[in-house]
Amino acid sequence: MKGTTMKKNRSTRKVLATSAAILTAVSLAACSSGGKAKGTSSDTAGNAGVASTPRVTVAMVTHSAPGDVFWDMVRKGAEAAAKKDNVKLQYSADPDATKQAALVQAATDKKVNGIAVTLANPKAMASAVASAEKAGIPVVGLNSGQQYMAQDNLLGFFGQDDGVAGEEVGKKLKASGAQHPLCVMHEQGNIGLQARCAGIKKYVPGTVNIYVNGQDPTSVQSGITAKLQQDKSIDYVVSLNAGVTTTAVKSIKEAGSKAKLVSFDTSADVVKAIQDGTVDFAVDQQPWLQGYLAVDSLWLYLTNGDTIGGGSPTLTGPSFVDKSNVNAVAKYAANGTR
Amino acid sequence: MTAVDHAPGPPGTSEDRVHQRSVLAQVLSKPEVGALIGAIAVFILFFCAASSFRSLETTGNILYQASTIGIMAVPVALLMIGGEFDLSAGVAVLTSSLIASLFCWDLGINLWVGVVVSLALSLGVGFLNGWLLHRTKLPSFLVTLGTFFILQGVNLAVTRSISGQVVSPDISRIAGYNSAKHMFAQTWKIGSVTLNITVLFWLVLTACGAYLLTRTKIGNWILAAGGDAPAARAVGVPVVGTKIGLFMTVSFCGWLLGMHLLFSFNTLTASLGVGNEFIYIIAAVVGGCLLTGGYGSVIGASIGSLIYGMTYLGITYAGWNPDWLKTFLGVMLVAATLVNTTVQRKASAR
Repeated sequence: MKGTTMKKNRSTRKVLATSAAILTAVSLAACSSGGKAKGTSSDTAGNAGVASTPRVTVAMVTHSAPGDVFWDMVRKGAEAAAKKDNVKLQYSADPDATKQAALVQAATDKKVNGIAVTLANPKAMASAVASAEKAGIPVVGLNSGQQYMAQDNLLGFFGQDDGVAGEEVGKKLKASGAQHPLCVMHEQGNIGLQARCAGIKKYVPGTVNIYVNGQDPTSVQSGITAKLQQDKSIDYVVSLNAGVTTTAVKSIKEAGSKAKLVSFDTSADVVKAIQDGTVDFAVDQQPWLQGYLAVDSLWLYLTNGDTIGGGSPTLTGPSFVDKSNVNAVAKYAANGTR
Repeated sequence: MTAVDHAPGPPGTSEDRVHQRSVLAQVLSKPEVGALIGAIAVFILFFCAASSFRSLETTGNILYQASTIGIMAVPVALLMIGGEFDLSAGVAVLTSSLIASLFCWDLGINLWVGVVVSLALSLGVGFLNGWLLHRTKLPSFLVTLGTFFILQGVNLAVTRSISGQVVSPDISRIAGYNSAKHMFAQTWKIGSVTLNITVLFWLVLTACGAYLLTRTKIGNWILAAGGDAPAARAVGVPVVGTKIGLFMTVSFCGWLLGMHLLFSFNTLTASLGVGNEFIYIIAAVVGGCLLTGGYGSVIGASIGSLIYGMTYLGITYAGWNPDWLKTFLGVMLVAATLVNTTVQRKASAR
């Protein structure tokens, strides 16, 4: 009995050892081209040396949800500017407006040298912004809420008007003969997304909207597929987020639809899809630039008294990325900065 | 046979009535029957309301949506019958796929290694949930809420620190991609129906789960542990082991779905998956599982997933105003559950 148990143990060990060896061999043999490219710097944009000005602290407070691709780009832009300007950047974010206001108040209490803030919910932010200004801290706005620039005495504003961006897309779609576009909203109740779809509808009245659960790619895929199966006359799919765009490619294929695809915001995948011709064009509001300019403008004000935009909002979009200019954007997209 | 001798009397005689009722009551008192009736009701509603719901090609899409919920609703139902919750089930799915993706991308090794590593780590998370539950004696609601937040943070922080962005890198050019995609994200075109392999996973898991719960000793342990843990322990049921096993089952299925997501979409955003844990629990409850544990059905949970999938997509197929999407979904789910409980009550009253 004992003998057989030992034998069994030994053979089990042998099997384990063999499989471990095979696993290692496979791993070593399989070193493949699709992995991380070794020895390349991933973020070189805005790499322009370091200013010799005194070190200052800037707080950036956005309404980003954790892990949002778009806001990751904004943050990267802010970090690049901070590095160049010898600025210590304190980034924080909360999608809940009251919590975001509390974060702005906290930055004021810490006596930072400048604050960059998004105004997705301007009314909730007004008193925190006013209190920062009262404490002598310059405040710039970015991304959303540009119409409140004067009201909140902001030093500058960097962003895109969602309504205008939607209208520009609407014009482009109308020019290419779109009759019945589908506007895919990945968040129910997001004002910016509503404004984009409304802008498109202004020029192409046949625009219809659907909602999908942006937190679940399978739900996005089957939701868009269902709409395309239900309404065969849809000739354009407009996705409002880069992640949804790449999923929509699968839906169009699965539904056997001939609809063309248009994207808001870019990513490495979307840029590749534009090169392939799968995506017609993308609307780019240059999130990296928004973050960069917000920090850079505060530094310029603190060190030289400059105001970018001269009291008016500075627009970072909408610009369009299509086949004609995609190759110029592609190399930056691979770095995650466009 | 002696059927002629024992020919039933005219309808209404006492013997006939007793016999009929007991069979009917037996069928109706099964937890999944109410859900089935609910599913049929939802099906008929959309069959009448939506013309595209009637065409065969939409079936594949509905089954796909239902299967991605069902793969998780099956183990979540077992866990709920065992008296526990897992709020980390939604983000844990994404953790599984991110582990495999980042591991292989960073080291540049075959994806199958990542698939195995991911399975081991995912099962570890399940084990940890069960073990913490046992050691802390806290409610599973709280323990897994902790895991939920931990995993959500880990997903984001690790993805950002390894790939430099919040999106996992594209894995489609890494070795082993094609064979793994074949395994986890294959589709078949049968006539005009596109069938995803997840539907197969879902059906197999449902069959295994139902067999486990109703035909094996472990099934009795699960029901006993969820119904009355101290009493179960007193008669020798390994309650701790059963519960740890259930959490690991949830992890295993989360890993399976995670692999599907990874090989189906190639890149994933680190913030995905939040909120899905409730959809899994909803599917189980619609399918007749009690929130208090000790009662429920695996088949019911799968039918619950089907109800959710049909409703979510049916609203689109019907072309109703999408502003009302969540409202329709809520009404439909409550109605389906009401049908279920009404049938149950009628059955037990007989």
